[in-house]
Amino acid sequence: MIFNLINRKLFTLLKVQYSNMLEYRVEIALWAISGIIPFFMLNIWTNNNLNESINISDTLLSRYFLCAFFVRQFSVVWVVFSFEEDSLMGKVSPYLIQPLNPFFRYFAQHLAEQITRFPFALIIAFFFFIFNPETIWIPNLGILLLSIVSTFLSFLIQFLIQSIVACLCFWTEKASSIERLLFIPTLFLSGLLAPVVSFPAYVKSWIYLTPFPYLIDFPANLLSGNDINISGGLIMQILWIFILFPLFKKIWSEGTKKYTAMGS
Amino acid sequence: MNLRKYLKVYNKFLHTSLASELEYKTNILVDLVTAILSLVGSIFLLSIFIQNSGYIGGWKFEQALIIQAIYTILNGITNTWFNPNLTEIVKHIREGTLDFVLLKPIDSQFFISLKKINPSGFLEITLGFLLLFFCIRINQINLNLSFLTLSLITISCSICILYSLWFFISTTTIWFVKTWNAIEVLRSFLYIGRFPLSSFSFSLRIFFSVFIPIAFITTIPSEVFLGLSVFWKILLEIIVATIFLINSRRFWLFALKYYSSASS
Repeated sequence: MIFNLINRKLFTLLKVQYSNMLEYRVEIALWAISGIIPFFMLNIWTNNNLNESINISDTLLSRYFLCAFFVRQFSVVWVVFSFEEDSLMGKVSPYLIQPLNPFFRYFAQHLAEQITRFPFALIIAFFFFIFNPETIWIPNLGILLLSIVSTFLSFLIQFLIQSIVACLCFWTEKASSIERLLFIPTLFLSGLLAPVVSFPAYVKSWIYLTPFPYLIDFPANLLSGNDINISGGLIMQILWIFILFPLFKKIWSEGTKKYTAMGS
Repeated sequence: MNLRKYLKVYNKFLHTSLASELEYKTNILVDLVTAILSLVGSIFLLSIFIQNSGYIGGWKFEQALIIQAIYTILNGITNTWFNPNLTEIVKHIREGTLDFVLLKPIDSQFFISLKKINPSGFLEITLGFLLLFFCIRINQINLNLSFLTLSLITISCSICILYSLWFFISTTTIWFVKTWNAIEVLRSFLYIGRFPLSSFSFSLRIFFSVFIPIAFITTIPSEVFLGLSVFWKILLEIIVATIFLINSRRFWLFALKYYSSASS
């Protein structure tokens, strides 16, 4: 019964947010374009024959970066920026009265955006294949499903981390600068700019204990058909979600007690 | 007389925006850590790129470090002036407050380009200069007057190009209303300024020197530092910078004709 209710609410939220997102198609197309950094990096990699040092063929590397682009497209999170604005404007107050955690609203917003973004990402991939026809491949269905799951898990991890940061808005007014700080390790260590295998040994020794390689490197390797430990990666992703979720619940309940309804 | 008035007004701008930014002191500290981390991250990435042959696009590590230094300085300038002001244009246009700017007996471009200042960018600029001095030492560059004038000229041209690019994109808000994402696209393109232009493939090199002249922004000043620059390149950069500056001004005046205010 309760589950059913949440289900219905979520579905309605999703519908509302989807039609909202469709209003701003150009905006979302631009967001999609702003994620093409992996392709520039690929250009550096292939143009300098850097793949020789990590024993990956050009084609596999191109697929890796294409997959990294896709994973990034569907795991972009900006909840802290929305929440900060809503919190500063006092918009959070009415949300708090509703019998639904406001983060469901942001969650639906992100999902709706991903659905809107999908065609644009496909178009960009289509152009990529025109320029690099040798990289075309069809992943088998099992792998495809698993990589969709792991991309979604990666999105969940990032959503939880950012929601925790967003809750800091209850204490300080500018939580987004903390998010910008956290974005730096995400950018460099997640495998968006260089696959984690190419990292020097002193980084590789500890990086797999952090959540970063599971954000992009793991799902991208999975989708592009590179050899990796599938179950190990998925377990680590789920583990991180289990660590982060209670943390979020704790900080949320502490934060709402501190909330002073600014601007209302 | 006129210049004195503008100087006086700018003095007031500095005063008010510094006062409001210094309200968030920890924010400045967080921004500094972000700047340091992002520099460390890019140097880390650079070290991965050169681990194969010791060169990236024909540049040695120490030489490529100069590009990082110049990028950091320019990024600091972006964060100090361009980012806080030019993202504000979007707000002005959405909320219709551009009316008040246009009514003031002062040049509107001057007002919206210099109104705000973000002091944490200064720390990033300092960081860039420190790295630059370090690079001058390890590359054994001897400083003389002609070298200093040339580097000053090229860096100021880079700043002009960068400003014009930002201003161009922000101006398009008058038609498209929401341009945050266009700025995000520009940001992701600018990111490649961290690497020498010669590390990209020929087609991308053309793209980045003709359409979005990122090539001119960091590579040419770095070449001046290394004594590798050719006279025509410097001349070309000066010409490009002039064209961009003049056109950004003309574009702004042109765009203002289409400004129809909000909800009035």
